Amino acid sequence: MTERENILSRIREALRVPAPQPLGMTETPLPKPEDHRRVLPKVGPSESDRISLFAANAEELRARFVVLPAIEALESEIRSMKDAEGWTRVASHRGELTDIACAKLGVPVLLTDEGYDKTELEACQAGVTECDALIAQTGSVLVTSRGSGGRALTVLPPHHVVLARRSQLVADLPEAMALMRKKYHPNYPSMISIITGPSRTGDIERILVLGAHGPKKLTILLI
Amino acid sequence: MTTAAAKFKKDVRRVTADLRHRRIINAALDGYAVKRDQKKALFQDWAGARRLAAATKYEAINSLDRCLEQFARGLESRGAKVHWASTGQQACEIIVGILKQRNARSVVKSKAMTAEEIHLNEALARAGLDVVETDLGEFIVQLRDEPPYHIVFPAMHLTRGEIQETFRKRLGDAPSDNPEELTMVARRVLRQKYIQADAGITGANFAVADAGLISLTENEGNARLTGALPRTMITLVGIEKVIPRLEDLALFLPMLATVGAGQLISGYNTLYGGPRQPGEPDGPEEYHVVLLDNNRTRLLADAEKRDTLHCIRCGSCLNVCPIFRNIGGHSYGTTYCGPIGAVLTPVLKGLQEWKHLPYASSLCGACTEACPVGIDLHHHLLEHRRAAAGTKPSWWQKLAFKLFAPVAASKLLWALVTKSGRLGQKLHPIVLGTRLDPAYVWTRTRDLPPIAKTTFKEWWRRTRP
Repeated sequence: MTERENILSRIREALRVPAPQPLGMTETPLPKPEDHRRVLPKVGPSESDRISLFAANAEELRARFVVLPAIEALESEIRSMKDAEGWTRVASHRGELTDIACAKLGVPVLLTDEGYDKTELEACQAGVTECDALIAQTGSVLVTSRGSGGRALTVLPPHHVVLARRSQLVADLPEAMALMRKKYHPNYPSMISIITGPSRTGDIERILVLGAHGPKKLTILLI
Repeated sequence: MTTAAAKFKKDVRRVTADLRHRRIINAALDGYAVKRDQKKALFQDWAGARRLAAATKYEAINSLDRCLEQFARGLESRGAKVHWASTGQQACEIIVGILKQRNARSVVKSKAMTAEEIHLNEALARAGLDVVETDLGEFIVQLRDEPPYHIVFPAMHLTRGEIQETFRKRLGDAPSDNPEELTMVARRVLRQKYIQADAGITGANFAVADAGLISLTENEGNARLTGALPRTMITLVGIEKVIPRLEDLALFLPMLATVGAGQLISGYNTLYGGPRQPGEPDGPEEYHVVLLDNNRTRLLADAEKRDTLHCIRCGSCLNVCPIFRNIGGHSYGTTYCGPIGAVLTPVLKGLQEWKHLPYASSLCGACTEACPVGIDLHHHLLEHRRAAAGTKPSWWQKLAFKLFAPVAASKLLWALVTKSGRLGQKLHPIVLGTRLDPAYVWTRTRDLPPIAKTTFKEWWRRTRP
């Protein structure tokens, strides 16, 4: 017998005796997204509720969240960030929003789509990417290896700039999970990441330090 | 007494008297409690969330065979290789085998308690591989050759000064004791390791059955980099980590972060479904997932203790445990410490050697109340005590009860003993604090409460109408 069969047969043997149900357990069969939504933190029904909740969460997480009035404002917003931080190299990927953002940036742009050199990506001061969704409930950004330029682009450069459309702002985690299933099941991208704030650690005396391994800065531009 | 018990006793005696240790741990855990409660209050119904989480894990564990098969099928459909290991040694051999076959020399690792459990780092070192822990806390304890102190906060017992000293000695770089500067030193050192690494090893927080995805929770981005840069990626996951559906993460991710670290959700929650897929720009060429049993099926076979497999390793039972706060994480001498460690270890490693751990509890029930998946921890501790008492009572216990039985059975002897006890306590101050005190073991570190002036019987005789 293989170890797979060994383990599975031990499990089947063990499960022949039923276990007592946990205290107070009433939910059978499995809880549904509506059940989750009833217990999780509340999110208001309107778009402006979602935007203000996302903004409040972003502020607490020390991420910068900017709502742009129109797509025309994107180019100048990115350029002013470049000037303020003195970017000399930027990494990005092909996409409707990223193409606009990077078109007239005036610095070399490393596109990761066709593969890239790790050391070159490490030398970029910012990574500009699109995302699959923003989650108002937690102030999170949902990226995938398919839709955001691979696995490293959203975590290696010290400043991660996310470009999102208003239609991508979902209310809560159950909605984000449902979106993933609808969009991808069963052919999920090899990596899906829910990013919440810049990289952080509290491992030294529980004092918050940003930029432990990933980006020190996270900027989210909502268009 | 077993060697583990003797060492436990010795370490506990030292740590409980260490006021500096107490100050550090209390400060860290008090800060944690405030944040945890703030985040809990954001939930519309925390008690309801616990019930849902318990029901979901119950479902997963009680259909574990189907969940695991489904999980493996999903991963394999995307080209990941799934390995099954009955023991820790098998898992180590599988992982070393993969690395040898890939000609890997340097390995980056992101925090995994399962790897601690099977002593993976030692096995990799023996095979001549260079392994570096990338989680900041783990990196610090690795530099100090220590095991992690806590399952979520590995370096919570160290001050910034001690960490500066460690960095100065081992890295030759420690500009100050400022946490930000120390973190940046680690960032610089580890960035180079990431760029050079041939393979990355991670643990897992959840194994999503119906989607065939691994879910990994972290704050630093170190696991993200571990999964992004090296050519080979390996994930070691205990078979109990399954949850039935992708949608269940909507509940578990915020609950884990809330009780684990006082955050509404952790910085990075990442799902891995395979190696680099066609059309993707980067990611490992090979993705291996190693499923580990290592006596978990023994817990499963004990229907009464099966709910201990619901554990999501959040560490919240440690954080609220008055014993953990006093004796610290290292005293347990086990991979999993605190109440959950005291429940798991006697089953995973043998009751005879570890039966002292269930006694490291005041049975106050704080752990049970803190557990997000509703594991009845203090009940299990009590059950362990019962089993331990059944195995082999010591000679002095047998003697004590042999003497106690006739005293308790005779009215006369009982009255005599309780009366002389009161007399004895009057004379007690003469020997108190010296070795001559018959109650020395107790009074060395505690007060002896006074015996009541009248017994219940005397009081009853006097006041009864």
